Amino acid sequence: MKLGIQMRKFVAAALLAFIAVPAAAVLRVDINSGIAAPMPIAVPAFATPAPAPTAAGSTGDLGRQVAAVIAADLGSSGLFKPLDPAAFTTTVGYGDVTKPNFGAWRTLAAQALLTGAVSVNPDGNITVACYAYDVFTSEELARQGFVTTAAGWRRAAHKCADLVYSRLTGETGYFDTRIVYVSETGPRTKRIKLLALMDQDGANHRFLTNGQNLVLTPRFAPDDQTITYMSYADNRPRIWLYTLGSGVQTALRPASGDFPSMTFAPRFMPGGGSMVFSMSVGGNTDVYRIDLASRKVTRLTSAPGIDTAPSPSPDGSRIVFESDRGGTQQLYVMNADGSGQQRISFGEGRYGTPVWSPRGDTIAFTKIGGGQFRIGIMKTDGSGERLLTSSWQDEGPTWAPNGRVIMFFRTAQGSGATALWTVDLSGQNERKLKTPLDASDPAWSPLLP
Amino acid sequence: MLNRSMLNRPKLKTTVQLTLVAALIGVGACSTKKKDLPPPPPPASEPVVPPTATTPTKVPPPAGVQSTNIPGSTADFVAQAGSDTVYFGYDSYELDDPSRTILGKQAEWLARYPNITVTIEGHTDDRGTREYNLALGDRRANAAKNFLAAQGVDASRITTISYGKERPAVDGSGEDVWAKNRRAVTILVGAKG
Repeated sequence: MKLGIQMRKFVAAALLAFIAVPAAAVLRVDINSGIAAPMPIAVPAFATPAPAPTAAGSTGDLGRQVAAVIAADLGSSGLFKPLDPAAFTTTVGYGDVTKPNFGAWRTLAAQALLTGAVSVNPDGNITVACYAYDVFTSEELARQGFVTTAAGWRRAAHKCADLVYSRLTGETGYFDTRIVYVSETGPRTKRIKLLALMDQDGANHRFLTNGQNLVLTPRFAPDDQTITYMSYADNRPRIWLYTLGSGVQTALRPASGDFPSMTFAPRFMPGGGSMVFSMSVGGNTDVYRIDLASRKVTRLTSAPGIDTAPSPSPDGSRIVFESDRGGTQQLYVMNADGSGQQRISFGEGRYGTPVWSPRGDTIAFTKIGGGQFRIGIMKTDGSGERLLTSSWQDEGPTWAPNGRVIMFFRTAQGSGATALWTVDLSGQNERKLKTPLDASDPAWSPLLP
Repeated sequence: MLNRSMLNRPKLKTTVQLTLVAALIGVGACSTKKKDLPPPPPPASEPVVPPTATTPTKVPPPAGVQSTNIPGSTADFVAQAGSDTVYFGYDSYELDDPSRTILGKQAEWLARYPNITVTIEGHTDDRGTREYNLALGDRRANAAKNFLAAQGVDASRITTISYGKERPAVDGSGEDVWAKNRRAVTILVGAKG
């Protein structure tokens, strides 16, 4: 799909919509108090000013599909309850998009209403217009149009869902995002692993590698255009870079030519100009940083033991990582230059795979103990630990770009089957993603521009 | 297979036919006997005892053929060292006594074949996080490498690779399975067989 969707704000009313609603009447989803009562929202099929063919089907068909994608997005958050379109007593024609029959929607107990329209532009692109309403007060909450290629209609739908989510929760959305992960198949003793990329909702799935080489732990660059991962190509376990636009794969090499031994656990630093990673030399594993322009390598840790799984804070000033220097796997925080290394995890059990939240105030991790691997969160000073999942083996958290949802992979006891799951920051709304094969090592993209 | 016309034939003709059949059988029996040459006389020490109801025929087993490990082969290496694999405790990279014995014999064998190099694979069980296990597998491979080097194997002949938890030897879960997967395997490079 062509990236760089054009956004077109619909007249100045968009600005007015954000400030014109009196505080007392604000329709709002409280995302911090759990998900006891998701907000009922109606998302009727989007109308069209004039039925017309597009490269991705008629505008009428797209109108139904766009509404379905938006409803699925909002429903997956656990914060909204999209009403069943079969129960709708009214259809929304093009003239009703901006003048909905609020009475009919009140009868259905919808609290929020999302209407919209799909039209074809002279150049063949489509415009998807979205309008959000408070059904009780008949107030318009937000409106925005999105222009994209006909084939890119899903992105417009995700943008529309993000608009509603953002307007009603006060948080940035996360639906117009992608997931890179490792697709798995075959017996565990000869597991085949492939890099795969898909939209956050599982659509537009494609494999990036052919399974010839073992590949692990992909991560997005901040611009979403490059993926770093680990590959066993030529039996040399090293960090690689995959340029999505060209499909070109290259080994990450230092200025000196090649790393002397295994490099792994690659992560981009904010801004994308450098990366942090681990290298194992003679049984000792440390965290390093490489400048991508000069390929100059700086060693950040030097303690004997395993220092790995680095994850930078969103401002790039600090790095959380795991180390067994104290005897067992625990979480440590250091400054980006390697100074000021401090242990932050002190609970029972072991802690690994720390990931700094995009909001900057929380660290997600895998906790090993009591015969379980669980996903948990803590503040960046190690306080306020909270475990979100409970399972035989949950591992490898990755944050949605708004910091409200965590994706991870779950390995089943016995069969060893793996799958991707999401869980809300509240610990509720655990959901399994559909993938063509088994799945592990997910990484969430930034919110697409 | 009789049919009505055969049954109606005179008896004489039937008798002639039966006689011919008997003669043919006799000829056949004679020719068979001629083809069966008598076995060579057994050594005097083993007199042939005709089988009777109380003395069953004793047939010695066929001559044994055993494969032998060609010196310098992988099979020879495994046989001489006892194993190509050493095992580790949970989250450990310490070599216990059985492992040291095996690695010591591996080193002796490698001393006899200085042109052979080895790759030591380090592996873990799957009860650890992926990247930690990559580092742990590296530790195990290097623990085996360092031991071989201390026994006199030139370190330049030994490379290591960690597979972490990616290549278990045994599928499944439970301590018995995990114990078999926490291992370092010495793979010969440049050896035939």
